[in-house]
Amino acid sequence: MNPQTGKEYWRSLEEQADTPAFREFLHREFPVDASIWEDSVSRRQFLKVMGASFALAGLTGCMRSPEEKIVPYVKQPEQIVPGKPLFYATAMTLGGYATGLLVESHEGRPTKIEGNPQHPGSLGATDIFTQASVLTMYDPDRSQTVLNAGEIATWSAFLGALTAALSNPQIRLRILTETIGSPTLAAQLRDVLNKFPNARWHQYEPLARDNAYEGARLAFGEPVETQYRFDRADVILSLDADFLSAGPSWIRYTRDYTNKRRVRAGQTAMNRLYAIESLPTNTGAMADHRWTMPASEVEAVARMFASGEVNTAPWSAVWKDLQRHRGASLVIAGDQQPPVVHALAHAINDALGNVGQTVIYTDTVAAEPVGQFQSLGELVADMNAGKVDLLVILGGNPVYDAPGDVSFAAAMNKVKLRVHLGLYNDETSPLCHWHVPESHYLEAWSDARAFDGTASIVQPLIAPLYDSKSAHELVAALAGKAGVAGHDLVREFWKAHGLADDNSWHAALHDGVVPGTAFPAKAVRLRRFDMPAAAKPEAGALEISFRADPTLGDGRFANNGWLQECPKPLTRLTWDNAALISAKLAGEQNLANGDVVELRYRGRAVEAPVWIMPGQPEGVVTVHLGYGRTHAGRVGTGAGFSAYGIRPADAPWFGNDLKLRKTGRQYKLACTQNHSSMEGRDLVRAGTLAEFVKNPEFAKGELDYPSMYPGHKYNGYAWGMAIDLTACIGCSACVVACQSENNIPVVGKEQVDFGREMHWIRIDRYFQGETADPEVYFEPVQCMHCENAPCEVVCPVGATVHTDDGLNAMIYNRCVGTRYCSNNCPYKVRRFNFLQYSDTKTPSRKLQYNPQVTVRNRGVMEKCTYCIQRVEAAKITAEKENRKVTDGEIKTACQQVCPAQAIVFGDLNDANSHVARLRAEPLTYGLLTELNTRPRTTYLARLRNPNPELEA
Amino acid sequence: MSQIFHPSANTVAKVSVFGAVFIVAGLAWVGGALYRSSYITRVGSPRNQPVPFSHKHHVSDVGLDCRYCHTAVENSSFAGIPPTKTCMNCHSMLFTDSPMLEPVRHSFQTGQPLVWNRVNYVPQFVFFNHSIHISKGIGCTTCHGPVGQMPLTWQGQSLHMRWCLDCHTAPEKFVRPKDQVFNPDWQPPANQLEVGTKLVQEYHIKKLTDCCTCHR
Repeated sequence: MNPQTGKEYWRSLEEQADTPAFREFLHREFPVDASIWEDSVSRRQFLKVMGASFALAGLTGCMRSPEEKIVPYVKQPEQIVPGKPLFYATAMTLGGYATGLLVESHEGRPTKIEGNPQHPGSLGATDIFTQASVLTMYDPDRSQTVLNAGEIATWSAFLGALTAALSNPQIRLRILTETIGSPTLAAQLRDVLNKFPNARWHQYEPLARDNAYEGARLAFGEPVETQYRFDRADVILSLDADFLSAGPSWIRYTRDYTNKRRVRAGQTAMNRLYAIESLPTNTGAMADHRWTMPASEVEAVARMFASGEVNTAPWSAVWKDLQRHRGASLVIAGDQQPPVVHALAHAINDALGNVGQTVIYTDTVAAEPVGQFQSLGELVADMNAGKVDLLVILGGNPVYDAPGDVSFAAAMNKVKLRVHLGLYNDETSPLCHWHVPESHYLEAWSDARAFDGTASIVQPLIAPLYDSKSAHELVAALAGKAGVAGHDLVREFWKAHGLADDNSWHAALHDGVVPGTAFPAKAVRLRRFDMPAAAKPEAGALEISFRADPTLGDGRFANNGWLQECPKPLTRLTWDNAALISAKLAGEQNLANGDVVELRYRGRAVEAPVWIMPGQPEGVVTVHLGYGRTHAGRVGTGAGFSAYGIRPADAPWFGNDLKLRKTGRQYKLACTQNHSSMEGRDLVRAGTLAEFVKNPEFAKGELDYPSMYPGHKYNGYAWGMAIDLTACIGCSACVVACQSENNIPVVGKEQVDFGREMHWIRIDRYFQGETADPEVYFEPVQCMHCENAPCEVVCPVGATVHTDDGLNAMIYNRCVGTRYCSNNCPYKVRRFNFLQYSDTKTPSRKLQYNPQVTVRNRGVMEKCTYCIQRVEAAKITAEKENRKVTDGEIKTACQQVCPAQAIVFGDLNDANSHVARLRAEPLTYGLLTELNTRPRTTYLARLRNPNPELEA
Repeated sequence: MSQIFHPSANTVAKVSVFGAVFIVAGLAWVGGALYRSSYITRVGSPRNQPVPFSHKHHVSDVGLDCRYCHTAVENSSFAGIPPTKTCMNCHSMLFTDSPMLEPVRHSFQTGQPLVWNRVNYVPQFVFFNHSIHISKGIGCTTCHGPVGQMPLTWQGQSLHMRWCLDCHTAPEKFVRPKDQVFNPDWQPPANQLEVGTKLVQEYHIKKLTDCCTCHR
């Protein structure tokens, strides 16, 4: 029991039950297998060989330095200064929505993605997908040549085949794209449709926002984009909307939402979030009140609120709260909820006077908002009827991700000529006559729109690594303009759309946004809409819910090691998906974590391991899409199971009458939730706003303890970090950003299972309360840079030492790998290279490494350095200008990426610095300060703002 | 049964027991000497290059400033190796048919860069920054040796960590006035310590000996 907060936090069901297996796991520094000798070489033989090697190893120090070459430019480009990175503005599109980026480039190699502070969808922050996209570009498994029936071919041969087919103006051409937000591409596609009267454009992606657009059509008679202004909302009701980790512009929404939650000394204002959800999500974890229910039951709640007659607890209190904040409240429906729930949310917002205040309607970002599942169905019907002569698939992977009851592959085989443009030679491309490698967005020109319509030019950072083409170039070929470069196509479009002269074009490229392109607010009128009677779910039947995977999305990122290994925010699983079930269901069916079950739904079945998820609604099984790839590449193939097989096209998000059968087999899942456990000490501190007002220092503990020794005086800088747990939404963007910035390797599923994952920053996820409905807390933990660092005193070779700025430095070239430091670290933040994890051989992989950071080899300890390379670079710049480093000049990678701005880094010796002011806040506390480690990283306790009426 | 050991074995045993200390120490000394020797460090041994470029000629005879070619030295960690274009700025006029310059002309015509052999090498875990040293009054020749006297360039110093720290712990011995940084002929004055101490204060030079100043 924690004396200060009186709450008990737990990480896993094993920990809560305190099983013997858990205690065994906990008390070993590394899991039992980690020290077992698995090699065929015997231990004795190994020692013999190593004895000789050690004797000779000293001699390598006497070797001459290796011969190196220097290759200068022939004509040096104007802006390149070797050794100095350049940043270019561009944008990445996901689901049709753009996130503005600034990409760091070292001598022409993009190495790190940052957010563009001027872009409305980013404001300087990014997410795991944008961070990891740079690794995808360098992925050696990417498709590298044009293929004709699986054989290497050329672009010109392809053009020949295409031109021959297109010589018939009556050709029944079908183009299948994902959601298109690019204005240029949409215009190009319309051109093609005009040219060929029998051509059709279909769209499909598995996470299509059909329900949102259909809901708007229901409510207003036309599909509109709904923008939410969380910066103006004091009370928020989420109807199964995970707006803090998925969907368009969640990065921006997170910023606006968390800005309204920061309570500093003397302040008392905080927004309040009521979340109704059908599985535990980051949004629910951040909510002040959370209710779980099957997705099918959300509609009834929405109807009740829309009717205005809300009399039952707890909803009456919620309704009162919403009504007290007319015009400053907000109701948001989740993308997986049926159209009627969206329409009801529009109606409730209308009734609450929120339209124009917290809810703004505009034109759609998608150039052609169609019902994509219907569009795919029409295409399949046409193909089956033999009405398609030429099918061009631009991006996307429908053979893998089409719903299971749509036999896309079989239908596609009836088309005479099939063309696939894709980043990978994936599940779809072998079934096509022609496969054309697609240029990555960092290699090609394009354009895109943010959630509010703001357009960005997507400019390439590097020439295509392979003989690849962009969608623009392929569509140009369809329109008979083969050979026109992507740049010219985009430039040509924008000449007619506001960027006529070169100055404005260059300004738009430089800023990353095209000025004045945000959509104006649109006046829409709510109309009466019919609501089909809500289907009554069969009592006792299991519900299945399909969701995008938190780290792989719809599966397109399956071959990205950073994303595969990034623990999923709530489950902490890596490298796999699982069927999430509630503890109650597990008890009834006698299931344990990793038990393989057969999920039979509407006549189709898939086998999946189960994972017991605290807070999961009782009768709901959640499966995540994106796994079970068969042609993903060396990283992604074979990981997890594909839930697309049992996904129906007419109800793609949830449905009733799932049959679950235990197979008796077990499957190993690699989960990090118990790794680096700190044994129930007082790590997470949380309270309510009311508690804070009564006693602002409720979480405070001693940061410094008296000592017999004189303390060390830090005269220059004293770097420190403050992490605001009220803001942290647990999205893991910092984990991937750190991996990208600091050349952190991927270790693979087996090694993760051994507890050897290498992430320098981990996000501990704690539960508190009932197993059925716990509160969730996130806590990012990285090296605390203790002033009295326990690791330093035990290192026999001085490989980890203290700097004048108070940093705990890790010197790789001195490290001999005793691992004593890790043993002695109370925070468990040190990571050891048990094997040669870093890939130093693959040519394309090497290009991504940050040249400012050493790539570590086997046998070396590593850990968070507070991004020392950024600190040193800023110090050098400041020294050259004869000034001190200013506050905010250094941003660590985790800080820069954070959508919630939960992490602040700076100089504690500067009393006016942001970090020093946060450290002086009453909510500040340190981890394990009773050990007198004097950590430089401190935390601000988590605040919730529950409704007093519901607390009673 | 005959004796296993001959009596002389006693002597051998004694010599090895008492000599072990000296043998080990001797080996260590030899190793150390080898490590510091110019055979290993290559200090003073000119490196072959695709074009026999002479710093002596360009710096001392012609009088080019270091920064004419090493343009990034004041801004970047890397001083910069000139692109072929820089060579051709002059050599499109001068010595236009010299056979020695054929690789330069070939590079310029074909767009294939020249491939130079690196002379000054630090391991990849060392992050050295030229610009900050320049801006704090550390001259080129302090580390690179008498470049103005090198027909073919050689490494001027061992670049061992010990050598780096000699300056990082006592910069007053090496610092020079900022206007002399690019002077290839600068020699420390007789009262260097006195002048240096003043410059260290004036230039706010810190004695940076934290490991992560260079290793990260």
